[in-house]
Amino acid sequence: MIVEAGLYMALAAALFLVGAFGLLLRRNALVMFMCIELMLNAVNLTLISAGRALNDLSGQVAVFFILVVAAAEVVVGLAIIVAIFRRRATASVDDLSELRG
Amino acid sequence: MAEPILFVLMALGSLAGAVTVVAARNPVYSAMGLLGTLFSVAVLYVLQLAHFVAAVQVIVYAGAVLTLFLFVIMLIGVDTSEDWDEKLPYQRAFVGGLAGLIALFAGALTLFGNFEWVPAATGTNLDSTNGTIHAIAELLFTDWVLAFEATALLLTIAAAGAIALAHYRRGQT
Amino acid sequence: MNEVIWLIIALPFLGAVFLHFFGRYIKEPWSGWLASGAVSASFLVALVAAIPFFQGGEHGSTVLLWEWMPAIGASLEMLWDPLAAFMTLIVTGVGALIHVFAIGYMHGDERFSRFFTYLNLFVASMLTLVLAGNYAMLFLGWELVGLCSYLLIGFWFVRPSAASAAKKAFIVNRIGDFGFLIALMLIFAAFGTLSYAGVFERAGAELTAGMATAIALLLFVGAAGKSAQIPLYVWLPDAMEGPTPVSALIHAATMVTAGIYLIARSAAIFELSPTAQTIVATIGALTALWAATIAVSQRDIKKVLAYSTISQLGYMVLAVGTTAYVAGLFHLMTHAFFKALLFLGAGSVIHAMSGEQDMNKMGGLFSKMRVTGITMGVATIAIAGIPPLGGFWSKDEILASVFERGGWFSFLWIIGLVTALITGFYMARLFMLIFLGKPRWEGGVDPHESPRVMTVPLIVLAVLSTVGGLTNTPIRLTLESFLEPSFELISLQHPPENVWTLVVVALLSVLAGAAGIFAAWLSYRRPPEDWQRFENRLQPIWGIWEDAYGVDDVYGRVLVAPGQKAAEATAFGFDVPFVDGAVNGIARVVRGIGAWVRPLQTGYVRNYGALVLAGAVVVVIWLVAGGA
Repeated sequence: MIVEAGLYMALAAALFLVGAFGLLLRRNALVMFMCIELMLNAVNLTLISAGRALNDLSGQVAVFFILVVAAAEVVVGLAIIVAIFRRRATASVDDLSELRG
Repeated sequence: MAEPILFVLMALGSLAGAVTVVAARNPVYSAMGLLGTLFSVAVLYVLQLAHFVAAVQVIVYAGAVLTLFLFVIMLIGVDTSEDWDEKLPYQRAFVGGLAGLIALFAGALTLFGNFEWVPAATGTNLDSTNGTIHAIAELLFTDWVLAFEATALLLTIAAAGAIALAHYRRGQT
Repeated sequence: MNEVIWLIIALPFLGAVFLHFFGRYIKEPWSGWLASGAVSASFLVALVAAIPFFQGGEHGSTVLLWEWMPAIGASLEMLWDPLAAFMTLIVTGVGALIHVFAIGYMHGDERFSRFFTYLNLFVASMLTLVLAGNYAMLFLGWELVGLCSYLLIGFWFVRPSAASAAKKAFIVNRIGDFGFLIALMLIFAAFGTLSYAGVFERAGAELTAGMATAIALLLFVGAAGKSAQIPLYVWLPDAMEGPTPVSALIHAATMVTAGIYLIARSAAIFELSPTAQTIVATIGALTALWAATIAVSQRDIKKVLAYSTISQLGYMVLAVGTTAYVAGLFHLMTHAFFKALLFLGAGSVIHAMSGEQDMNKMGGLFSKMRVTGITMGVATIAIAGIPPLGGFWSKDEILASVFERGGWFSFLWIIGLVTALITGFYMARLFMLIFLGKPRWEGGVDPHESPRVMTVPLIVLAVLSTVGGLTNTPIRLTLESFLEPSFELISLQHPPENVWTLVVVALLSVLAGAAGIFAAWLSYRRPPEDWQRFENRLQPIWGIWEDAYGVDDVYGRVLVAPGQKAAEATAFGFDVPFVDGAVNGIARVVRGIGAWVRPLQTGYVRNYGALVLAGAVVVVIWLVAGGA
């Protein structure tokens, strides 16, 4: 018996929402980043499921690329966080509000 | 037979991991939760016959990205003093409202929506040569070669950029 | 020859441009010599180019410089005919002499070079006016001389009176220009072109008497503004605020004669309207008398000369109104000589008296300033119309022509005679108060003769005043034959043919002038205390004359004050509340909206993220619910 692709996608949607709400509710920059990773994983899952449903390998290739780019993004993002932390000794995102109108 | 059971287990596992990421006080616990989610999702990939991607997920995501996260947590320090009260005025209310809206929408969709679950493809195409390195490599180096090269470049730039950003200069705090 | 005509205008213009940019690097007096050189060169070119006209019979030609607005017949074209040559020679000749004089007069002024920039620009503008081949270019020159007049009257602009005088001159001129412009529009409506060739040849055939009268009178409005006739003369006495060379050049010899030139040039139109002629002549005669009476009682040298100029311009207007165009232009020439001489002489006196202009504080200067005294004496005799000096021949030709016209014009002739008497009186008064009698100046003033750069032009002008009149004596009408080609389609008014009538009329005008001089001599040879009694005996008329009939005051109350109130009402009653209010209101609304929207930018990433997510959710719901 095969689990329908749609169920996988529903799971992915749930994961995505958890990640999104985590992004909005946590203040620690690192935890926020991890929530972003969660969202990315949810999207990957969706893509794999879609590839399976349509019998197209492009889904997996897309996921491959997303993986790579996410890795690069994490690298740069963490470097930024480290640089900010060096200047201000805070990992809380709320302290960085100079761009207020 | 195995698939639905594994699916349910891994689904629960990934959701548990996700909630841990969001709710844990200690960032290291969040990282562990993320690890759980990543593994679960990898298994879900295997279930859908994306073997190569699953392997890459474990090696790159769980192995490298998560390790990086842990290193940075170590550098910055485990900040357990992040207090739980929300300083931004309407944030919690807003997010709560949003959650309610989504729940409403999901409910409406399930109850009143005319939809069908997307079926997975059946048939003989689904053999185990799909999802192998072989098959993916064929695609990568023919149809997607430009994107491939571009991402390679991207990785190089990201690495160089990260070094430039976080370089420790003497005299800096 | 025609290829170099443009040089006449170009030389002073280039002089002005050059001095404008580089004048500050050139030490005085070289900028003055440069400017004088430019004008003199222009004079020489004109002289050579005018040789065909001296030989007689040549009609002149049009030189096209640039197609400006062909649709209305306005191009930059120069008409070189005897009339234009005549005016050019006067403008450049007298202009050059005045430039040289100014080198001495403006010595030490910190804006020396700038003065000569303006002077050169003025000469170039006046030449544009005079050499124009169509009404549009004439108007261009007309306006430019108005501008230069403004710049030069207000040359010492730090004096509030000078700045106001400059504005007054420009504004009163503008009123005249309004009439001029309407005349131009009528000309265009009637002929479809503004070029002289197009208009004058067809005027006789195509203009109705009514149209001709309208155009002629409106042109005269413009002329009245520039040539200071009633009611637009009030700017000229105030214009004496400018340096004396300016008064000599612009307000005696050249710019004020532009109106006369305009009427002479438009003779073909005036021909067709006896009504206009009568009106023009009457106003000219009245102005002559009016201004002469004011000149009698003035105490400032330059004011006497200013009103004298208005009066003599009245004579010229009287002449052209009687269609005695040659007589009017003849008087223009002799007047340029002796009036420029008078002004320059006055400048010499003022310079010697360290800026004093009140004649009551002068006296007995003859022994100190021989050359100035002699030359001004010559000018006085000339203007009073005593033969054989220039003023006699020209003034007499005018009066004789007016007499010959007869009818209403006989009355104008009598006015002219009376004016001649008064002219003799006030000029002799001027001369006596300045040069004769006992010195009356206060301490600290050391009168001395002016340097040669100032006295040589005086001498040259004195010679010209003496012999200039011989160019058009009844025995030998040289000027008339010179100008003949320009007026060959016009019927000129001439003096009486009968020799005896001519002699009697001439004798009458000489007697009038001499009587005036004699009366002045009787009154002013007494000691100063007696003058007061003499003037008191003539009260209250003397006071009215001294007050210039209160005209400025009337204009102020009737025209200026209401105008100012209207301007204030428009500015503060309408512009500030409504126009400014609307614009400011818009700004305020924008700022208000901005202030209302600004709290959205909290600076917190999480707020922004929440908004993004909310947007995404809304889009998804919309897509799923059938919007796609």
